[in-house]
Amino acid sequence: MGAQLRVYRQKIRAAQTTKKITRAMELISASRIQKAQQRVAASGPYSRAVTRAVSAVATFSNVDHVLTTEPEKIERAAIVIFSSDRGLAGAFNANVLREAGELAARLTGEGKEVVYYLVGRKAAAYFAFRRRDSEQIWTGGTDSPEFATAKEIGDAVVAKFLQPASEGGVDEIHIVFNRFVSMLVQEPEVVRLLPLEVVEGVEAPEPSEVLPLYEFEPEVGDVLDALLPVYIESRIFNAMLQSAAAKHAATQKAMKAASDNADKLIRTYTTLANNARQSEITQQISEIVGGADALSSAK
Amino acid sequence: MAELSVSVVSADHEVWSGKAKQIIARTTEGEIGILPGHEPILAILGTGDVRVTTVDGQVVTASADDGFLSVEHDTVTVVARNAELAAQG
Repeated sequence: MGAQLRVYRQKIRAAQTTKKITRAMELISASRIQKAQQRVAASGPYSRAVTRAVSAVATFSNVDHVLTTEPEKIERAAIVIFSSDRGLAGAFNANVLREAGELAARLTGEGKEVVYYLVGRKAAAYFAFRRRDSEQIWTGGTDSPEFATAKEIGDAVVAKFLQPASEGGVDEIHIVFNRFVSMLVQEPEVVRLLPLEVVEGVEAPEPSEVLPLYEFEPEVGDVLDALLPVYIESRIFNAMLQSAAAKHAATQKAMKAASDNADKLIRTYTTLANNARQSEITQQISEIVGGADALSSAK
Repeated sequence: MAELSVSVVSADHEVWSGKAKQIIARTTEGEIGILPGHEPILAILGTGDVRVTTVDGQVVTASADDGFLSVEHDTVTVVARNAELAAQG
């Protein structure tokens, strides 16, 4: 067998092996999307209830609460970035990190100092490679987020928020995550968590129409104290679930593209290998014929 | 007869939902009983069970720590990080 032909055959085999792997990964993530989506849907009632309650308190009570009032001067802002633990998901992590970078640039432009909280190994690696500092990092378990992790993150950022700015506390908290729009589309999204901007559930404050006048038990302030951390947690948990679902969808898309590319490569190399084989045969025939000619004319 | 539509939700799923006649829960201030037509209220739950008497007279008990309860227009939502059905009977 000619050297050329052997090289092509090797390449075909390599592409076939890769294709087997990418195909398997595609199928795995396809089956996981379903589950991740179900989890997003299952957490829906909770976050809706919490959001509704928070907006009710925020719109009806005229109490000034630390978590809802906007400080006059914002010195420091925190960004929580939700990435994934593993790659092989196309532009999934690049997108969210770019979005976070843009947000950071905007905040710095407004004269704010930015501190980072990172979720997922990819964001951690990105920051480590660029030698950037981050406040806290959570890795592992981005594929199927636990509520306990969301609670931990929530506690950490709320604690930081309640610290006065002079002691290193932050005045604003933003989260950046990939939102699962559809199987084919995942969009990086930026949401400002604190100070509170309740967006879901309430339109313009037309009190008596949208929400009833609540009685609060115990006091409005206490209810708000108890509710807001819960709200933050539920938003963070939701972001984690969305991000997990989006990650699986992105992986599926990327792996499908990889399998298709492997197919294309195999086809190209097969054609080339056939050409090489044919030209080898042609050459051999012409050598034999030439040799026979030479022998017969020599007689 | 007016009835309450109740849903008990925890962080990752809806634990129970259905129609009920009465709900008894323990808030940080003490026990509260809710019947149809109750005024809108938002209360923080203390430790203790939430007992829901369904329309057909069954009592569903759910443990819901660390959560809150909201009532509006005969819709009751019990929200807790960890909510579980204790027993049915």
